[in-house]
This record gives sequence, C-alpha cells and structure tokens, in this order.
Amino acid sequence: MSTRLATGGRLIDRSRQVSFTFDGTTLRGHPGDTLASALLASGRTLVGRSFKYHRPRGVIASGAEEPNALVGLGQGDRFEPNARATTTELFDGLQAASQNCWPSLDYDVGAVNAALSRFLPAGFYYKMFIHPRAFWKHVYEPFIRHSAGLGRAPAVEARDPDRYEHFHHHTDVLVVGGGVAGLQAAKTAGESGLRVLLVEQTGHWGGRAPVDGGTIDGKTPEDWIGDTLQALDNMPNVTLRLRLQGAGLYDHGYVLGYERLADHAPDAPGPRHRLWRIRAGRIVTATGAIERPLPFAGNDRPGVMLASAVRDYIVNWGVSAGDRLVVVTNNDDAYRTALAHHRAGLTVPAVLDARPEGGGALMAEAQAAGIRVLTGRGIAQVNGTRALTGVEICAQAGEGTPLETIACDAVAMSGGWSPVVHLWSHCGGKLVWDEAAAAFRPDPDRAPIGQDGASNVIAAGAANGQGDLSSILKDAEKAGKTAARDLGGTPSDASAPDAEQPAEAPLAPVWMMPQGAPHALRAKAFLDFQNDVKVSDVHLAAQEGFESVEHTKRYTTLGMATDQGKMSNINGLAVLSRALNAPIPQVGTTTFRPPYTPVSMGAIAGEARGPLFQPIRRTPLHDWHETHGAKWEPVGQWRRPYCYPRAGEDKHAAVAREIDATRGSLGLLDASTLGKIVVKGPDAGRFLDMLYTNMMSTLKPGRCRYGLMCSENGFLIDDGVVARLDDDTFLCHTTTGGADRIHAHMEDWLQTEWWDWKVYTANLTEQFAQIAVVGPNARKLLEKLGGIDVSAETLPFMAFAEGQLAGHPVRVFRISFSGELSYEIAVPAGQARALWDRIVDAGAEWQITPYGTEALHVMRAEKGFIMIGDETDGTVIPQDLGLDWAISKKKDDYLGKRAQARSHMTDPDRWKLVGLKTLDGSVLPDGAYAVTEGTNVNGQRNTEGRVTSSYHSPTLGHGIAMGLAHRGPERMGEVLTFMRDDGKTAIEARIVDPVFFDPEGAKQNV
Amino acid sequence: MKRYSAFAVAREALTGHRGWERAWRRAQPKARYDVIIVGAGGHGLATAYYLGKRFGITNVAVLEKGWLGGGNTGRNTTIIRSNYLQDPSAAIYEKSRALYETLSQDLNYNVMFSPRGVMMLAQTEHEVRGYRRTAHANALQGVETRFITPAEVKKIVPIIRLEGPRYPVLGALWQARGGTARHDAVAWGYARACSAMGMDIIQQCEVTGIRRDGDRVTGVDTTKGAIACDKLGLVVAGHSGVLAQMAGFRLPIESVALQALVSEPIKPIMDCVVMANTVHGYMSQSDKGEMVIGGGADGYNNYTQRGSFHHVEETVRALIETFPMLSRLKMLRWWGGIVDMTGDRSPILSKTPLQNCFVNCGWGTGGFKAIPGSGWGFAELMAKGHAPLTDSFSLDRFREGRFIDESVAAGVAH
Repeated sequence: MSTRLATGGRLIDRSRQVSFTFDGTTLRGHPGDTLASALLASGRTLVGRSFKYHRPRGVIASGAEEPNALVGLGQGDRFEPNARATTTELFDGLQAASQNCWPSLDYDVGAVNAALSRFLPAGFYYKMFIHPRAFWKHVYEPFIRHSAGLGRAPAVEARDPDRYEHFHHHTDVLVVGGGVAGLQAAKTAGESGLRVLLVEQTGHWGGRAPVDGGTIDGKTPEDWIGDTLQALDNMPNVTLRLRLQGAGLYDHGYVLGYERLADHAPDAPGPRHRLWRIRAGRIVTATGAIERPLPFAGNDRPGVMLASAVRDYIVNWGVSAGDRLVVVTNNDDAYRTALAHHRAGLTVPAVLDARPEGGGALMAEAQAAGIRVLTGRGIAQVNGTRALTGVEICAQAGEGTPLETIACDAVAMSGGWSPVVHLWSHCGGKLVWDEAAAAFRPDPDRAPIGQDGASNVIAAGAANGQGDLSSILKDAEKAGKTAARDLGGTPSDASAPDAEQPAEAPLAPVWMMPQGAPHALRAKAFLDFQNDVKVSDVHLAAQEGFESVEHTKRYTTLGMATDQGKMSNINGLAVLSRALNAPIPQVGTTTFRPPYTPVSMGAIAGEARGPLFQPIRRTPLHDWHETHGAKWEPVGQWRRPYCYPRAGEDKHAAVAREIDATRGSLGLLDASTLGKIVVKGPDAGRFLDMLYTNMMSTLKPGRCRYGLMCSENGFLIDDGVVARLDDDTFLCHTTTGGADRIHAHMEDWLQTEWWDWKVYTANLTEQFAQIAVVGPNARKLLEKLGGIDVSAETLPFMAFAEGQLAGHPVRVFRISFSGELSYEIAVPAGQARALWDRIVDAGAEWQITPYGTEALHVMRAEKGFIMIGDETDGTVIPQDLGLDWAISKKKDDYLGKRAQARSHMTDPDRWKLVGLKTLDGSVLPDGAYAVTEGTNVNGQRNTEGRVTSSYHSPTLGHGIAMGLAHRGPERMGEVLTFMRDDGKTAIEARIVDPVFFDPEGAKQNV
Repeated sequence: MKRYSAFAVAREALTGHRGWERAWRRAQPKARYDVIIVGAGGHGLATAYYLGKRFGITNVAVLEKGWLGGGNTGRNTTIIRSNYLQDPSAAIYEKSRALYETLSQDLNYNVMFSPRGVMMLAQTEHEVRGYRRTAHANALQGVETRFITPAEVKKIVPIIRLEGPRYPVLGALWQARGGTARHDAVAWGYARACSAMGMDIIQQCEVTGIRRDGDRVTGVDTTKGAIACDKLGLVVAGHSGVLAQMAGFRLPIESVALQALVSEPIKPIMDCVVMANTVHGYMSQSDKGEMVIGGGADGYNNYTQRGSFHHVEETVRALIETFPMLSRLKMLRWWGGIVDMTGDRSPILSKTPLQNCFVNCGWGTGGFKAIPGSGWGFAELMAKGHAPLTDSFSLDRFREGRFIDESVAAGVAH
C-alpha cells in the first residue's frame, strides 16, 4: 500500500498540515501536495472507476496525462466535475468526491460491466439494441445514457460565483514549458534583449530534471534551476508565469494560455481563471515528454503506475507507491525509479527488463545496489484485484506462460517516452517517426508557418525528441538562439551548459507484453485506461476493416477520453500497425486538437457575462421610459418601450389608448434607435444611387426621400428616409436592427468594389437622439416650443429644417410612419432628455401621450406601410410589395437590379402584397398560410399566400392584416382561407387594399 | 453479410470475437462501373445505397480520397430535424428524418437515432413571430412541430435559465421527433450495406481528373488509375468546387470553416437538442455524456478545418447565459470542418452542364440531418433524371432567381 515516507519530498512543507475530505472522510496532507500525492500518502490506492467497465482504478501518473484519478471538486455552485487529482494542488478544506460509481467507490454496481466485458467489446452497441425498434428509445438508450458520463453536472442554478477574465499579451518569444529546456531557451532568448514570456503549467519550475538527477555545470539540477530563475528574474524583458498552460496554437503566432489563479487558493482575490491571448513572433515548445505505459494483462490495476510517476511521488512529495515495487521496462530510465525506491529504504524485488540484453550504466548501478534484474522478461499477469499481491513473470518473447510469481504491492512500468507535440501540431506542424526512440517527434522541415511565411514554432528539448540532459539543454539553447535571430535579435555567445548523466542503452519497443500474448491476455491489456480500450479492441477494429487510425479511434473510442489519448495514442496506433502489418508512420496519428488539457468554459467566456454579455444599449431617454412605466421589448441590443401601461391597464388597452391619443391629438415616440449613417464625399450621390433602388443623386439639399436597399440577389434588406444635408452629404436613416448591418454593407462595397470612389461613411446612431412628435396638434406644439418655422409652406412633407428648437440645436424632419402630421426631431444625444422634458411639458395642453413600438406598428399597418422583417424575410423583392414607384427606371444599375430581372423574379405568379380583412372582423393569426385544395408532388398542402403582419386596429375597430398572396393585387375582393394556430380549423379573409386608413393622406398633408 | 444482433454478439464472445467479418470489403477499382460516386461520406454512401436498394443499380463504386466518413459526416454536431420553413426544404429534411427512424433496422446497424426532441428558442418578439410562422408552415407540410411556452421549455430543459439578462426565453419551436444520431455509425452502416450489395468502396483513392467526351463524362482519373463509368455523381461537400473545376464547370459555392466543440462527459442533464439562434449557439448531450456545442462559421473562405477561436468565445459566452452550469464544465476538444455555402444556404442536388454528371453539394452547415433523404432523392435523380425531392434544388434556380432561402427560419448555423 502507498504511504508517506519519513523523509524526502522537495515540494512539500512537512512543518504544516492541511486537511481535506475524500468521499466525506477527512484526510491530511501537506502544503505542496497534489490531491493525488495526498491520497496516495493516505493509502488511497483506489480513487476512481473507469468509464465503460467501472473497473477500480488508482492514480497512474503524476501530471496532466492522468486518465484515472478524476474527481468532483467543491460543493454547491462551486462544484467542478472531472478534475484531475494529479494537477489539483491541495489546500486546506478541499473537498473531493469519487465519480462514476454507485452506491460507492468500493461497491459499485456498474462493475457488473467488467464481468460482462467479453460481451461488450469495442463497438458492441453498433451491433445490438436494433430490435425491437421501440426499445431503443424507451429502454436501451436511456440505460446507456444513464451508465455513460463521468462526473455529475455542476449545480450552478443562476450564476457561477467565480470570476474569469481575458488577458492580451504581445511578446517576441513565447516559451511554453518551465522545465530545464524552457528555462534555458528563455534565458538564451532573453539575453538578446527581446521580450520573452515563459509559462509553466504546474506550480513549480524545473520539470523532471530535479527528479531524474545528473549535474548541470557541475551543480545539481535544483541549484542550476534556482540560479537560472534568478538570472531570468533579473532580465526586465522576461516575464515568468506559473500555472499558465499553453493550451492551443493558432494561425499567425496566436497562442491561447490558460492560467489557473485560484484553483489552489480559493480564497485569493481576483479571478479564478484567466485566458491569455498571446501573440508571439516565435514560439518555443519546451513541453517535455510523457511516459507510455506497457500493455500487459492487468496493467490497469490500482498499484500499477508509470515508473516516472512512482519516482515523482518519492522525490517530490515523499510518498511511496508500495513497499515492494516491481519495475517493468523496455528502457534504462525506469532503473532510476528502482534506485529511488531502493534509496527510500524500500524493496525492489525485481526489475523486469523486456530487452534481451538489458540496459546500460543505470542497470549496472541497480545491480550493484543489490537489485535483481531479469532481462528478456515481462509481466504475464497481475495478481490481486483492488490491492496488488504480486505479478506473474514470463518471457517477453513468448506467449505468457508464467515462469515465476513475484510478490509485490506496486508495479512501475515504462514503455518509453513520447514527446509532447500537441502545440506543434495544432496549427499544421508535421511529425516524423523516430525509429530509435520509437516515438513521433516534430519534423523541423515541416514546422507550422507564420504570417511571414517562415516557421514560427521551434520545438526544444524532450519535446523535440531529445533524450539525455546534455542534448536537451543544447537543443534548448539552440532554440532560444534561433528564435532570437529570426526576430532580428543578437543572442549572446554563451554556450549551453555542460550536463552529465549516465549514458543510456537504446530502448526496445514493446507494444504487447509478452509479444505473443493470446486473446485472453490482450483482452486484459489496457491501452486507454479511462475509456477501457484494450489491445484486443484494436485488433477487433482492424479485423473488421476499421483500418484508418481515425476509424479505429472512433470505433474503439481510443484516445477520446478526457486525457485525449496522452498516454494511449502511441501504444494504440502501434498495436494497430502490428495488426495491419503496416509500418507505424504509414498508420499515422489522429489529429491533435486544442486545448492541450480541458479549459473551463468560464475562462473561455471571460468577463462578458451577465450584464456585460452584449450590454444593453440605452437611448438618452431610457431612464424616462423606465420611470414612466414602460413595458420593455428587446429590439436588437436595444430595449424599446412596447407600451406604457397605466394602472389597471393591460397591454392591449394601453396600446389602444396610445393610438387613440396620437390619432386624436398628440403622440410622442422615442425613435432614437433608428440607424443614422452619414455618407459624405464628392461621389456620395453616385454611391447612394448604387445602394438604393431610387435615384438619390437628384435629391435637393434640404429634402428627404424614402429609399429601398436590396441585396445583390435583389431581395429587399432595408428601408428608410434619406436626407440631403448639403451637396456632398447625405444622412441615411436605417431600421433599428439594420444600423450596424447596413453600415457594414456600405463599407463592404466601398472597400471591395468601389474603393476608388471618394466617399466616407460614419455611423452616428448614438450621437443623435430622435424624437417623433405625431398627431394633429404636432405643428402647434413645435410652434409653441419656437425657433423654427414649421409652417406647411416652409416645411412641407418630406423636407427638413435645421435650427434651434426651444434653445436646442435640432434637425426637424417632416416625415411620417403613422399617416399623421408628424415631425421627427434629431437632437444631440446629450440634450435629448432636456428637449424631451420640454416637449412633455409643452404638450400637456394637448394631452401629449408617449407611445411604444406596438402602437407604432399598428399605426403603420393601418396605413399599409411595410416593415422590414415583417413584410420582408429575405425572399421578398420590392416589386412584390407594390413598391415599383420607389425603383428608378432611369438608372443603369443598382444593387439587385440584374437579379430582379431574372425569370422567377418577374414571374406574374409571385405572391404580392395585399391587405386582408377577416369576414368576421377578428384578428388573423400572425404567420398563417392561405390554403388551396390538394397537395404538391411531395404531399404537402398547397398554399396561395400568407399573413405577414396582423393586428387589431383600435382606430377601425376590427382586425387588419397585411399579407402576400398569389397574384394578390389582381384578386381584390376574393376570399382566402387561412389555417388557425391549431393547424386544423380555418378562418376566412377578404383581399382588400393594404391602406386601411386615410387612403387619401388627408391627415398627413396638412 | 453476417447479421448483427445481441445473439450474434453473445455467440462471438465465446470465441474471442474472432468470427466477425470486415464491415466492408477491401476493394480495388474495376475498369468500369455503371455509376461512380466520388466521396464516401454520408451523402455519397447513402446515394449508393439507395441506387442499389431502390433501383437495383449495384455496379457502383464509391471513391474516397481519405477514409470513409472522414469529412463533415464525422465532424458535425449530429442534429436531426426537419422544422424548415420552405416547402422543398421541409420535404427533403422530413423524408430524411423519417428514414432515420428506421435506419438502424434497414441497415442492420445501430446508428443510435435518438428522437429526443429539438427545441429552437425564441428570444425576441421577432423570433416568436418567425417560429409561429414556421409552425404554421410545418403543419401544412406534414412536419410535426408546435410553438411551446416558456413554462414548457423549462419543463423539458430544467437547466435552462428563462430570464436571460439580454434575451429572455419567450417560447420555442418544438419538434418532438427530431434528435441526434451517432454520426460515424451512419457512414459505417451505409458502407457495410453497400458493400454487402456488391458495391466497391475504394478508400485512399483520390480523383485527379474527370474524363470527358464532348458534354459527356466517360470516367475519372484517380491515384489508383483510370476508371470508366456511365454516370458520375460528385458528392464531396467542402471540396465540390475543386471537383467541378476538374469537370469544367463552376458552382455557386463558397467554402468556409465551421466549428464545434465538446465538453468533458457528465451524467445526463439535458435530454434534447436546444438551439438559440439569437445568440448563435446550440447544444445537445451525447450518449457518452459530452455537451456537444455548435459554433459559427468563419467570415472568410478557407480550407483549414481549424476555425477561429473568437467564434468559440461568442458561442460559449452565449450558452453560459442560457445554461449557467456550463461555466464550470471544461471544453475538451474543439474542431472545424469545411462547409460549402450557396447563395441561398440551401443545397444543390442537380444535373450539370455535363449530361451524365450529377452534383450533390452545398449543404452548408446542416448536411448531417439530410443524409438519408439526400441519398434517397439523389439516387432517384441519377437513376431517372429527375426526382420530386430534388427538382427544386437544381442549379438552374440561381439563374432564375428561384431561391430556397431559409434565412428567416434559421439565421445561423444548424
């Protein structure tokens, strides 16, 4: 059983204790522990259950590659599922819970799957649960879904209480990885004076070197790391950050960094996570390497760990994996684990070296220490289920006949090392198979390319396939110099430090142990520990024709777990290549996708949550509406008053009252959200002639014209009134939703097609408020305010005047969207509230009534005015809406003109705008279709029209609607049949003129 | 073909599963086929399958430059729905959805079609009106949908927050019989069935040229040699423009990267698909437990299969507002696929300027749900020269202005 050693543990502070809970039991550890080391120190070898078979699992690794030790952390709305115990730093009060087990970790009924595992091979679900059909939905799938999934869902009800933020950082050189390679590369690059950012995902610098030993410049690695950090600290151009992972690499030197600020210190002020958006000239990936497990039967048992992890726990945290540790390896490095365990005063009954000749100096050192070394040997089987009792050893060359049983309570395995090539690969960097190391490493000739066409990523150290300390440091020094030189810096001529380590004998690849293992052993040899993918599953996939590595991955789920195959992928594809009898490079790898390890969604969202998520846009009159009881309607990012209900009034009554008051006397509307785009320049008229269907260049200064804008495909996209301010300047009003879109549309055409035209545009929507004063008493009100001649002669319909109104600088547009006498007053936003208050005061004698968007809509519909988004939906052309009068026949071209000449666009059978009035006076359902007899070729009911807008008109006392109908205007008086919301019953409506109210325009033209 | 069943799995378990056959044969190209389909994605394989099943045409090769199902079939968010607005769209997507319901039985391959329901949130008055209209249209098209209230939304999706600070949930368009399926299994199931009918699925076989005699296609050049054919179908999604260029005509297509992501797996928490078009995000939970999230498409043309991170930010941000618990989940993996976009965002299933060459492309962001219907219709088009399901989707429509624009019903990716 694992336990805390009496001495050792370079990262822990033995003078202090912290307590934490695991599944409700209180345990203790030290500051500096990870949750994994503290659990092991407490003798907890069983920490989780696997995904598919619910097999008991223990900690297997010591870093980001851990597939087994996943826990739920925290409580309530701070709960986080699927946290890796190996990268969770311990703090006082930490609460952890095991996952994917019921009723408890020790007694998990899901473990029945393990007993049935022979019936549940890779892809079994594709072959089963097919009959009877209804069972899939009601029986099989609910069962599968319930048994799948890992941690429970977070319990956040309303809002994650933690904060997250984004951080932008520009640097010359980014070095990812704070091991000795990263430190050296940063130092070399930093000495050139360039800006360097060095990031390390864990909470400490130096990586594996202090654990693995050797000397650097005659010092211990620990001392060298301290000195180098001191040197880096003294360089003002170098920034160091711990707990910051290089998570993803994108085009043009864009790197995503994931910094965990408060996961280890929950009471710290500030954000929990920070997402760094780094732009770097050169990126050095000094991301190290990950050890591979060995595939042998029972390699997933709690107590079987990576050799490097066993060593890490001894050296870094003073924790032993067990008393009697068997080491099984295909390389020299694992002897370091045997020696570390031995030096800790514990027993290593045997090192099983799969290589027939064994290893080099490290093996000799182990033997000299009295450790028994068996060469050409491997593990046939592991004894014991939850606690190891021993291993059966066999000849690696054979089929697994047990030769001897060795009692032990822990196994350290090493199958060699795989460089961490994720960042290198995210953005197109290619890999090459290194036969000697049996690993993929970055191919320097096919590196990711930056925006300047040159390679912008440099792999360094173990991440570049380097093995021993000396070559790692030399490689890192070279990488630092290359990065500096690439960016025009001059590196110092200091050379790489001298490092010494025992020489290592070559590794021998072991993709199955023993190499001739029969099915029974292959079916217990795990590749992907979390997803329970075994060697036999990959063989089955190959046998069934899933020969592409992508097919095998998807069929078996190899590498699809939360560790994304960090430990399993190379072993898996090597097994596949053996099954296919094809070389490994030919089989290739699956795609490396960001992020390197999972990144919290909170960090991705950043600060833009709650009120900061698409902040509400407010007109200068927003507060007035609020205090006057506005019922709000979201319109784009704005809020607009829908109506202003009075006490005891419902929405309908309020809208009816607002309309009555406006048509009878005087109404007031905040129209500030309408888009206002200034188009200026010698070519402005020419430009607007292309943009609008009408002729705008002939508009006289001081006058307004209603205009239509179409897409290239001829469809109506926006409308509004254009005013000519002077010869070179137009003010284009757009719909509220269209302001930003139409501005972008203008710029799109100006920048890509008519880039040589002298035209400038500016979106002034928020610079001006717009107040509509509407109704028979509108002129009287403006006269009372005084300052501008608003008589019918001076300011006729579709004209505007500039001047001072009640002391405020304004533009008064005489335009109307209601059919009433109406003035829209544009005023600088800062003066809008003052003017509005003056208007409200002055209008009291005419019972001035503010009205909202619904009254606006009803009044425009009573007049038959179209509304973009109601009468249009991206499929309607102006000709469908009877707007031919607004389409210039004189112009050679405008956007949409050619499209509108196409045969389907000129087809007389198109649906066209009509008014609709139900026979019983009721309101037609919005969006309803008019049906005719029979069905079309696909069995769908034939239709001949649809409702585009439908309201109750308080002015007329009955329902009114606008709609599109087949040859509509030719069919005045005909009755159409519409379907109600229930889809079954019908309602009849007569085709009428769309102008329901004041067709002569008597009220407007006064 | 050995049939799949629980019984067969149990029997094989006793012998270490050594008896399972290849799901599809390893095939080398013959000199000539009646029909060559370029592209062994879902649409290409489904086309081949229905050519055989409906029209008895089995001398068919399906050519694939990579591995079958490796394009957008294997990298989408697996949503199946048919609540479209325009008649031609509703017809083909509803046919497809109906075929999905029995696909596992038809193919003897469990594609895990899960009719868990698709919900499209209405978060503005404008969306409410739009979805009410769609519900009206669907009722006449034989597509079962209805507009539901916020209370019903909350009942179906308890983790949703109705009162967003920006966009409250005002209701939703609900298609109870929409859902998801296991995307890879759809391709594998069709491939296995095609192979069983004697068709050749030839992987690692890239088409490098198209042979013509006047306005007729005579065959294709491939990395495995020249192959002759009577009819040619191009079904290559993101690379349609490239193949059309080989054939000597142009397509009104733009190719952009569309992205998606998944969270780490958690226990079941959401039992339907939710789409929120106002804030540009959609989400479902896979049978494995991952939250599958769809994001936006790049604003520029490219073939990178990577996508841009700011889209992920926008999508995740929007979904956290709607589903606050997401904030404490972690993004596990993020990827991109190349989608081909047409001017009206509807597909092209059409004859071409070459007499015996047909093209099936332009599915944009919504191709997975259409696989069976597309194969059904396109096979008929190739066999008979026209088909009710596909006739509206011809190339002519761009010349005539006969667009099938769904923008009002589905403003964003789907």
